[in-house]
Order: sequence, then C-alpha cells, then structure tokens
Amino acid sequence: MHREFLMGNEAIAMGAVAAGVNLVSGYPGTPSSEVLETVSKHRPESTYVEWSVNEKSALEVAAGAAYTGARSLVTMKQVGLNVASDPLMSLAYIGVKGGMVVLVADDPGPISSQTEQDTRHYAAFSKLPCFDPTSAQEAYEMIQEAFVYSERYSTPVFFRPTTRVCHGYASITVKDPSEYTEHHPEGFQKDSSKWVIFPRLSYQNHKLIEERNVRLAEDFSAYGRNHIFYETDGIFKQRGIASGGISFTYVMETLTQTGPLRLLKVATPHPFPEKLALEFLTGLDEVLCIEELDPVIERELTYLCGKYHLPTKIYGKLTHHVPNAGENTQDSVRQNILDFLKDSPEDVLPASASTYGGHAFPDNPPALPVRPPVLCAGCPHRASFYAVKAAMKGRKTIFCGDIGCYTLGNAMPLDMVDTCLCMGAGLGIAQGVGHIEPDTACFAFVGDSTFFASAIPGVVNAVYNQADMTLIILDNSTTAMTGHQPHPGTGRTMMGDIVEQINIEAVLRGIGLKTVETIDPLNHEAAVACVKQTAGKPGVKAIIFRSPCIAVTRPSGSMHVASGKCINCRKCIRELGCPALTIENGTISIDASLCTGCGLCSQLCPADAIHVDTDVEHISHDTEASKGGNGHE
Amino acid sequence: MNKNIVLCGVGGQGTVLASKLIAAAAMKKDIPVMSAETIGMAQRGGSVFSHIRMGEGLYSPMIAKGTADIIIGFEPGEAVRQLPYLKPGGQVIVSRRAIMPVTATLSGTPYSGDEMTAYLEEHIPHLLAVDTARACQEIGSPKVLNILLLGAAIHSGALGLTEEDLKEAIRERLPERFHELNFRALSYVRSQV
Repeated sequence: MHREFLMGNEAIAMGAVAAGVNLVSGYPGTPSSEVLETVSKHRPESTYVEWSVNEKSALEVAAGAAYTGARSLVTMKQVGLNVASDPLMSLAYIGVKGGMVVLVADDPGPISSQTEQDTRHYAAFSKLPCFDPTSAQEAYEMIQEAFVYSERYSTPVFFRPTTRVCHGYASITVKDPSEYTEHHPEGFQKDSSKWVIFPRLSYQNHKLIEERNVRLAEDFSAYGRNHIFYETDGIFKQRGIASGGISFTYVMETLTQTGPLRLLKVATPHPFPEKLALEFLTGLDEVLCIEELDPVIERELTYLCGKYHLPTKIYGKLTHHVPNAGENTQDSVRQNILDFLKDSPEDVLPASASTYGGHAFPDNPPALPVRPPVLCAGCPHRASFYAVKAAMKGRKTIFCGDIGCYTLGNAMPLDMVDTCLCMGAGLGIAQGVGHIEPDTACFAFVGDSTFFASAIPGVVNAVYNQADMTLIILDNSTTAMTGHQPHPGTGRTMMGDIVEQINIEAVLRGIGLKTVETIDPLNHEAAVACVKQTAGKPGVKAIIFRSPCIAVTRPSGSMHVASGKCINCRKCIRELGCPALTIENGTISIDASLCTGCGLCSQLCPADAIHVDTDVEHISHDTEASKGGNGHE
Repeated sequence: MNKNIVLCGVGGQGTVLASKLIAAAAMKKDIPVMSAETIGMAQRGGSVFSHIRMGEGLYSPMIAKGTADIIIGFEPGEAVRQLPYLKPGGQVIVSRRAIMPVTATLSGTPYSGDEMTAYLEEHIPHLLAVDTARACQEIGSPKVLNILLLGAAIHSGALGLTEEDLKEAIRERLPERFHELNFRALSYVRSQV
C-alpha cells in the first residue's frame, strides 16, 4: 500500500487494474474519459484497451470478453448509455461469466451534458446492481468489490460515479503492483442454451433475475458500504438523513461528525438494501433525503413506509424540500439540513452549522464579465462555419449542429447552429426539415469522431430516401472536446498501434454520394466557392473541411495588426469573434499568446492591415485548454 | 492546520497545473489533500476554478462559501466572482491583467480589469495584486503566470507552504527544461512582494 494523489477517474482506473481487469473498452465523454486513458497508461501488458467507435460497440466488446471469463470494464457518460442500451438490456438477461463492470458517469448540473438523466433508473430498468461511490478513495475500493459481486451473481453491474467524484482529486491509499489480483480467463465455453437469447430463455431468466435481486438486496443490506451511522448524542432523536454519492460528503461536512442524528448512506441504490433501510427508519419521525438527479432513495424509502405502514415522513425532491434539478453544493446541502432541523422541538443545531463563516465583503461588486465558452483562437471550425455562412448569405437555410466543440459555433457572431439534439442527430433533422420545407437549403455539421460514432446510418438513410441536403464534416483529426482521443480516422489505437486510417471520403463514396469535396477551411475564398458550388447540386452531397485541431498542432506563428493601415472598421471582430482579437485603447490588437497564425482575419480585412508577425517567437499552446469536454464528443 | 484554497481564472490560463503543484507540495509534507476543478466545455475560454483542501478530517473536495483561506485569482474579474468563498479576513492574490471576454469585445460592453482590482483594493484588507504583465515581460515568458501567483501566495503566508516546498513540487512535476525559468519567476516575485 502507498499513497497517491489521484483524480477520482484515475482512482477508478487503478482500482480496475488492481482487480486484474483484462479488457477495457469505452467511448469518450465527460466526465468519464480519464478512466480508460488511465488504464491505458498503467495497464499490465496483457490488458487490452480500446476506444470503441461508440458506446454500443464498447459494451458489446466488453460483454464478449466477459463471456470468456475475463474481467471487463466498459466506460461511458450517461447519454452514452442511451446508445448502448440495446445490448445492455439483453445482456441483463443473458448474464456474464467473468466480472463485467459498466461504468456510467452521471453529470448533475448538467456541467458538460445534454441531459440530467439518472443512471440509477437504468439500473432498476435493466434490473442490474448499481454501485454509487462517494469519493475517490471509496471508488478505488468499490470497483474492486463490484467485480467480485459481478462474478458472484454472474451479472454485469453498474458503477455510477458523478462529475464531482470523477473529477475530484484526493490523496488516497492504493495497492502496490505486487498486491494486484491476477485474473486468468478460462475461455468461452459453447452453450447455445446459455448465450443465445430467445423468448423462452428470456422468460426463464426473467424469473431467475427477480429471485436473484431479492437475494442481492439482502446481500447488499450486509454490504459494509451501505451503512447506518446511529445518533450518539440524540439531539435530533426522531430525525434522520439518507444520502448517497458526493452528496453524502456534503452532509458529513455539514454535521462535521456523526452523532446528532441518524444517517443512512446508500452505496447500492439498486437493488435497494431494504432490510438495512428498515432498520434506519425504525423510530424516526422524519427523514430528509439528499441526493442528486432523481429522487431514487426518496422513492425507495417512501415505498418502504407504505409497504410496512411506517409513520415516518420522507422529505426530499418530491416534497420540494430539496431542489429537483441541478447539482447539490456544500452550501445548498447545508441550507437543506438547516431548514430540516430548524423547527425541531429541541431547537438545537449542530455546532458547525451555526458557526458557519459569514460574508467577507460587501454585496455590491461591479458587474462581472460574462464568459460563455468559445471556439479557441485559430480553431478551424470557426473558418468552416464562416465559409458556409458567407456562401449561403441571403438564402433560406437551416444549419443542424451536433455534439462536440463545434456546438460552440452557435455563439455570436457566427450564430451557425440552429439545432443540436444528440450525437449524430443533425443528419436526421436536416432530412426531416427538408422533406417538409423543400425550399430550405439543409445543412448538417458533424465532427470526424461523431461521424464514425453515429452519423453513418444517417448518411445511408439520406441517400436511400432521396434527401436533398449538404453534409459538412468538420475533420480536425481528433476527438477534441473530450481531450483528444484517437478515432478510426486517426490511424492510431489506444494500444499504441498504427493502423490504416478509415477514410471518410471513401466511406461516403461507398454509400453512394457522387459529390464529396475536401477542402481546407482556412483558405477562405476557395472554401466559400466550394460551398456555393456543392450546395447547389441536387441530392446528398458532402464537404469535408479538413484542418487539424490547434491543440494537436504547432501554431504557425502569430498575426499582427499594422496600426498605420488598420481603418478600425472592426470587421474582423464583428464577423469572427476570435478570442485573440481584442480592442485595446480603441484600436484592434491581436493577443500573441493566443493567436495561432491561422490567418483567417487577414483574409477578410478590407484594408490589408493584418499580417504575419515575424518578430514574435511563438509559444506552444497550453494543453490545459484542450483537455476536457462535453458531448460524448 | 487545515487550508481551503480557491484558484480561479479563464480556461487556458494554467490554473490546473497550479493546483497540481500545490497538491504535490502538500503530499510531500504528508498533508492529506483533496481538490476539484472545472473540466469540460468551460475550459474553452470560460470561467474556471479549482478548489484545494489540505488537512485532516475532510470528506468533500468542494469548499463551502465563506470558508476559503485564500483566493488566487489569475484574472481580476474572476477573483471578484469567487469572493463569496473567502472567509472573513482571508487573503486574495490577484493578477492585474484582465482578459477581455469575446462577448465584451463584440458588444462594446465595457469591462475593466482596473475597476475589479480597485474594488478588491477597497474591500479586501489582505490583498496582493501582482503586475503579471510586466513580470512576464521582464522574465521573458508569458508561461510563468501561475508560478508568479503561487510565489505571491507563498509570501503572503496564507498558503502554509514555503518556496522550497513549491520548488520541490516543480522539480517533481515539470520537465527539467522548465525548472530554471520557473525558479526565476519565483525569485522575481520574492523581490517584488
């Protein structure tokens, strides 16, 4: 054992490695991406790791490995589970041989996601066990236990951290490599009565699953991470708090220690540890449930009170005692607890709650700047959007966006994203609009990683069903928003192999597109001409704007405004909204620390005032800005 | 000795590395440490923060409002934004150099970093405002912003770490070719505060 300062996701990864995981697959998505990346960095030679093309493939690959008796882990963010839900629901009936953990990171807030969906519902829906860690240290240990439970019950299990657990760092105790479990898969045993899903088998297995979950709930009541912290000083004898996930740590911070009232920590929201929860409820008049996303613990406790005719009142999101959307914070939880205890007959609050620090400053600060996220300076997506905008000026258009950095094309002044729904949806939406409004020029924008992940069926659909639309592929040769993961178009795998690149143009031609143009968006004039010419053609046509992400290439230099030449018309600022273009003392200036020398602004300057700055030695860009992300892309 | 530290700035300024250096320095001294930071879309030029907590008996990496011992602002407006986290009598370190949001540039909405710094000077008794633009110019690299601010935080005494602690973290976490530059930034800031 030794101590390391690890991010929650790194802790989960190291826990999986310590459990002898044999295969890890996944699709990038904030806040889950670092798990697979960390395994890939620290894996023993025999462990296989891949970024799959999407979550459905990833889950199927992990299932195949688990069929052989291997320990497998599949990682994704919550909306990714929607993509993987088809194999998941069936796999729940079939089960596994080796331990299989389905890691799905939820994102209360949401901070970097399209939805605030709660994977604990998916656990109940698919009837699979679910582990819900509260901290990096617990996540490290819990994922090892999750593999054991998975094998004991021959079922895949969910592991569901949330953003603050995934991205929180802590100095935690981890095993030395000599303490790691080695897991040797026995191999796949042919048995069509077990591995081939048929209605008859599903019926039989359904009965077994229901019986198993009763046993699992019993087992989970004895699982040490589900725990009752009994009141010791009994100030609030008839009250209790039930919590799970990161919210549990906020509760503990508020109470500073256990003692004044009874606490239930729920580590396995499904199957719910009913026996333990009943013990917790016994003798309590009121219980406050503090959890994020949906009121899962609250509903379970409310159900138990009905089932066992208990007089306990259960409070939470359903009763509007806790906000029902957005993430909890240290401060919101403190307030919820204060409100819950306020009218107590004893009228005593925990010491920490009453000695809470006040405001250190007056409440009237100057108006703060608004800082929505923007496309980076030099981002080729800006040039692509600008070229399409210029080419289609005055035409009736719809620009259907997608998930990735390029969703930021919605911001002013580009204003080039009219719709955005989920991965790959832009294609279908463009087709649907086109069938109803034939006079609208319909565009779908999709990134290179998203193209492979989920856009190809949309292209096939468009071609087959005779749609009239222009597909714009924003190919920056990486999965930028989530931290630059490789994908099938990059020619690199997560195992470090150099493989043949899957050529997007060839894929499109293979599907049957007659017009597929590839062009550098940073050559503005040529890009505009290309869009004008291509969009005018009938049927489905595609333009691939190819220019690498600025975070994965060396900047070519920096631009400079010749102050004598600049007529201060501000067209560059007004049209592009590039963060490197600023106004200093009333004149246009270019921030050399941000500018990559893409030269787009110089191409639209009517006074020819912007040139490459030959004096500035360029500084390589901070890679921090390029880490992280939204989407699944 | 428990410490709550807030680092804040604009995506891309180097707050994440600064928080890792503080954590590494604390680890070296066997102080338990937790941290949390913005990862995701906001990193594209949005407001970002890191919370760092050191000491015993911690459960959550997140800091409650009114409990930060020190705020290290990489940008004056962002420092003001995070002020609700400062405890009474807490220390603020701030870079005087403002970063203009694209929205302000576009709309012509005035945003003045000097106004933010002036507000801090008026209301925060324990304030160190660093002229980082000049410092970076004199040191010859814009990349030392985070080390300048960490240096100032150390000399304020509110961080509970020494310059040698930070140097050791730099040696451990950064490639050798950057050591000399960062040490120069540290001695520069020592001579200034």
